[in-house]
Amino acid sequence: MPRIKLPSKLPSPPPGAVPKSLQPSPGRPQEGNGKKSLKDKVIHDGTEAGTTVVDWVDERTSLSGALRWTLFRKVPKGTNWFYTLGSATLFAFLNQAVTGVFLAMYYDPSPTRAYESIRFVTNEAFLGEFVRGMHKWGSSVMVILIFLHMARVFFFGAYKYPRELNWVIGVTLLILTMTMAFTGYLLPFDQRSYWATIVGVNINGTGAFIGPYLSDFLRAGPDFGATTLSRFYAIHMMLIPGAIAALIGAHLYLVAKLGTTAPPWLKVESEPELREQEV
Amino acid sequence: MPDKRENIKSRYAEDREIPGAYEGETVTRRRFMVGTTHLAGAGAALAFTLPALAFALGPVFERRPATWEDVGPITAFNPNSYVPVNFTQTPGIGDVGRTTAYVRRFNPSIDGGQEPRDQYEAYIAISTRCAHLGCPVRYVAAAQRFICPCHGGVYDNLGKVNGGPPVRPLDRFYTRVRAGHLQIGPRFSVNSELNRFAPRDPGEPLDGIGQYLYPARFSTPKP
Repeated sequence: MPRIKLPSKLPSPPPGAVPKSLQPSPGRPQEGNGKKSLKDKVIHDGTEAGTTVVDWVDERTSLSGALRWTLFRKVPKGTNWFYTLGSATLFAFLNQAVTGVFLAMYYDPSPTRAYESIRFVTNEAFLGEFVRGMHKWGSSVMVILIFLHMARVFFFGAYKYPRELNWVIGVTLLILTMTMAFTGYLLPFDQRSYWATIVGVNINGTGAFIGPYLSDFLRAGPDFGATTLSRFYAIHMMLIPGAIAALIGAHLYLVAKLGTTAPPWLKVESEPELREQEV
Repeated sequence: MPDKRENIKSRYAEDREIPGAYEGETVTRRRFMVGTTHLAGAGAALAFTLPALAFALGPVFERRPATWEDVGPITAFNPNSYVPVNFTQTPGIGDVGRTTAYVRRFNPSIDGGQEPRDQYEAYIAISTRCAHLGCPVRYVAAAQRFICPCHGGVYDNLGKVNGGPPVRPLDRFYTRVRAGHLQIGPRFSVNSELNRFAPRDPGEPLDGIGQYLYPARFSTPKP
């Protein structure tokens, strides 16, 4: 651990200028007689070890081990750019989370004021158009990236044993993301989002037996009502993001635990000795 | 001692040589405490999840009051052509809560039968909510058809399906006359023979087994 070396002779302050509590304390008993034995030196270094912030935290959490386990994994030969689609999706989600949190500072989920608050964000708030654009276009980017990531996993056969559970978690994440897209579409509350939501809720309603009740649940009643917008907002902002974040954690844990797969065009290489024996 | 304990598969704690076991004791104190802790945890979790869930699901089971909206004097309506009226269906949310209906007086030559079936049918109010997915239809007088802009649903003069994806005729509203003014009440749905049903959402057929696949909802108001 590199340490900053201070100049050995610092200018000393005038006597009495430094309060007693800040003056150097007397040395430890081991170094009292001025002569340092090897044992004293070891003890002294031990007491001074781990004084950086990173060391302090690591000594109390052992986080470095977890970080090494997560980040310094062996990856198979042939790992290529297609393997970055999952991380790209993760960053799209982080973009949505961060921009969404700040958009929530201006947004007002009431039927009479929602459109006006979005208009304010777009036209008047500093960088509002940019942040809202990041959120709006980022949602499409996230959905596209999910499908590309899913296609990579499918065509590389990376969903097979022992990674089936991660595929299932991934599909759940896809469904949750679609729900996010559906609930977020209403929030600008213009003509397009209103009618798209009417149509979307009615598509939900065409499911036999539970469909009618599902529609009533989504709208909080038989028609688009006073609390429909805030209901969509709560689902969009609190219910699903929490579930997505938790499932992304599980998804990444399994990726770290099981490792990634080699591309399907790579042949399994047998050990050199075994190859000679086969001849 | 340990192998002896493994060998004895008695259900009595005493036989398994668990220290301090009472005679006839089958549930060990450890098991009892584990069970109690789990039960207490489950109880605490249910104490906040059940009310929250019921709170979110409440509107599904809530019966809505029947509201009657005044849409003007009855002299404005005639038996031969539709007059669009705009009225508040859901109060308190501004223009979003308003909807449109096409209204005309009962006409024996179109509606069939000499008399209206009951007091609610003296004036026919047809909802503009498309029975496919809920877009707003408009009446085209020249074609005598209701036409939906979204997915090409076409309805005839009575609101019955002429073509396109809709699965049942256009919904209607109960109407009544009070002090010379027409009032529009709750919505109801009709099947292809124009029989009344509790209001269904768009996309839910009512012919055949449709009315059983898509049951009436708890929110249906009592007229």
